[in-house]
Amino acid sequence: MKKTSIVVSILLALAIAVAAQPGTILLNAAGATFPYPIYSKWFDVYHQKDPNVQINYQSIGSGGGIRQLLAGTVDFGASDGPMSDDQLKEAKFKILHFPTVLGAVIPIYNVSGVSGELNFTQKALAGIYLGTITKWNDPEIAKANSGVNLPASDIVVVHRADGSGTSYIFTDFLSKVSDDWKNKVGKGTSVQWPVGLGGKGNEGVSGLVKQTPGSVGYVELIYAVQNGITFGKVQNASGKFVKADLAGVTAAAAAAAKEMPDDFRVSITNQSGPTVYPISSFTWLLIPAQISDATKRDAIKGFLKWMLTDGQGYNEGLAYARLPKPVIEKEMKAIALIQ
Amino acid sequence: MTSTATTIPHAAPPYSGPRAFVQRLRHGDEIAHLITLTFAAGILLITSLLVWELWRTSYLSRTKFGWHFFWTQTWDPIFDNFGALPFIYGTLVTSVVALIIAVPLGLASAIFLSELAPRKISDAVSFLIDLLAAVPSVIYGLLGIFVVVPLMRSWLGPLLINTLGKLPGIGKLFAGPNYGVGFFTAGIVLAIMVVPFIISVSREVLLTVPREQREAALALGATRWESTWKVVVPWARTGIMGSIFLALARALGETMAVTMVIGNDPKISASLLRPGYTIAAVIANEFTEATGDLYLSALIELGLVLFLMTFILNGLARILIVATERGGGRPA
Repeated sequence: MKKTSIVVSILLALAIAVAAQPGTILLNAAGATFPYPIYSKWFDVYHQKDPNVQINYQSIGSGGGIRQLLAGTVDFGASDGPMSDDQLKEAKFKILHFPTVLGAVIPIYNVSGVSGELNFTQKALAGIYLGTITKWNDPEIAKANSGVNLPASDIVVVHRADGSGTSYIFTDFLSKVSDDWKNKVGKGTSVQWPVGLGGKGNEGVSGLVKQTPGSVGYVELIYAVQNGITFGKVQNASGKFVKADLAGVTAAAAAAAKEMPDDFRVSITNQSGPTVYPISSFTWLLIPAQISDATKRDAIKGFLKWMLTDGQGYNEGLAYARLPKPVIEKEMKAIALIQ
Repeated sequence: MTSTATTIPHAAPPYSGPRAFVQRLRHGDEIAHLITLTFAAGILLITSLLVWELWRTSYLSRTKFGWHFFWTQTWDPIFDNFGALPFIYGTLVTSVVALIIAVPLGLASAIFLSELAPRKISDAVSFLIDLLAAVPSVIYGLLGIFVVVPLMRSWLGPLLINTLGKLPGIGKLFAGPNYGVGFFTAGIVLAIMVVPFIISVSREVLLTVPREQREAALALGATRWESTWKVVVPWARTGIMGSIFLALARALGETMAVTMVIGNDPKISASLLRPGYTIAAVIANEFTEATGDLYLSALIELGLVLFLMTFILNGLARILIVATERGGGRPA
């Protein structure tokens, strides 16, 4: 199915290229799949607003987006994880990160006799995914769920099999809350999972969890909301159990905004605050700091400004969390760095 | 001599020099020769380019891990440590399970369709089987997820554990826990996918066995089954082997259907009920998000390993065919 969508998007790109009138600015971009719904909405709406600018985005994955950008085959890239220092050093040109929207990852489960929302402590999630907590009635799970009748059955861990920004956010959170995880596994779009089954995509993970009694998995918040899946609360850095929603995700970004570095490469998992949802993350556009073609440069800058203001209004409709105000202000200033 | 030379390629040319070339072109033989030669060479060129490109782009991984790549069990993108063993193991095990199920099934169906069934029924069924061979693999994957996996978890898995799993030795192959996904489930789905190839090709081959062979056997007093099993099948042995290796090739390289039911866990376990991983599946899953150079290079080297595996297995198949031909059956 992915293949077809790539072929379709190539055909579409060709059709657009052929149809493009002289004077139309065609921008090519590629990268993350997670923000693809909102990006295609934005690019479409922006094209109606400014018919001269046509942005063609191919959701080939964050890794692909970074590679295409480094190779210079696209005008800008998109990634669910910030580029590493090594990758930035490797690049022949300076690359700027611009956060666009926020996403969150939530735990889902299938435990016999449990229909409501379970509470997950940070230790519990790390222990389950490390394979040190193996039963549902383990004290670490039970102490946060008094009144819930947890069975003594084995926990079947489910994770993403394909490389994904969702796994990046989840492992980033686990790395922050557990030193064992940080040292043994680490964070990334694909990691060496100590235990568990791999499902392909959000639908693969939720399918496995639905089918397998005693299982636990993680999916994107958007996916769970759109499919009406019950999900658990997660303990944040202030010790509060929070059920993920868009406001809680934006709150996490706002909490992180205070120490936001100038290059926006920041992890916002495990922030503190009463309403903060701890497993959330930005997704970024990767934009070259020097764009020699003045028309393209102006088009990209124009789009960024619109995306940070009017564009954010489209987020909730597609279940993405808005950027908090301080981050938007900081980004507006950073647009000037594109020359 | 000169009169036949124009119809037999490569025979002594009637004239020499450029005029002769034009003369020969006019007859079409040389054009046909050139065109087919170019296309045949094109196939070779594409294959060598493929190998060269895999070899070249896997440079980082080859130089870093060397031969260790083949027997390292770790696959860790974060700490950049890669080994192919669990994936090689998974690819081989799922393919072998698939063949163990599919070969008897396919061969029996092919014999029935070619030897025993009325011609009309045989043709109608074969048409449907050819359609099965054309179903996209993702459909088989869905079949696996919605039918085979639940069946495996709630019925077949426990049954295997309680029967075969109790036997000494072989019992290790069917030890729990049983999640429904794993090597065996992937093997079943692959078997369903490759069985149409075996039936379709084997039936065609069986149908080409000369009528006289059957008649001769019957005349010697053989029963219908004896003539089928002892005369017709051995005669068609080479073709049947060919169908099996076609099936094996498909099983080795299948990606989508396998990744949907195998559990995607790069571990080596004796039990067929445990989750595993195959080469094709890990490449498809991790390639798009592979950011590190070494990581990407290791994935490409896995592709090279898969290519080598199919190459070696095909070579073994050739040797097997030659060896069995010597033992009798159809005169070469």
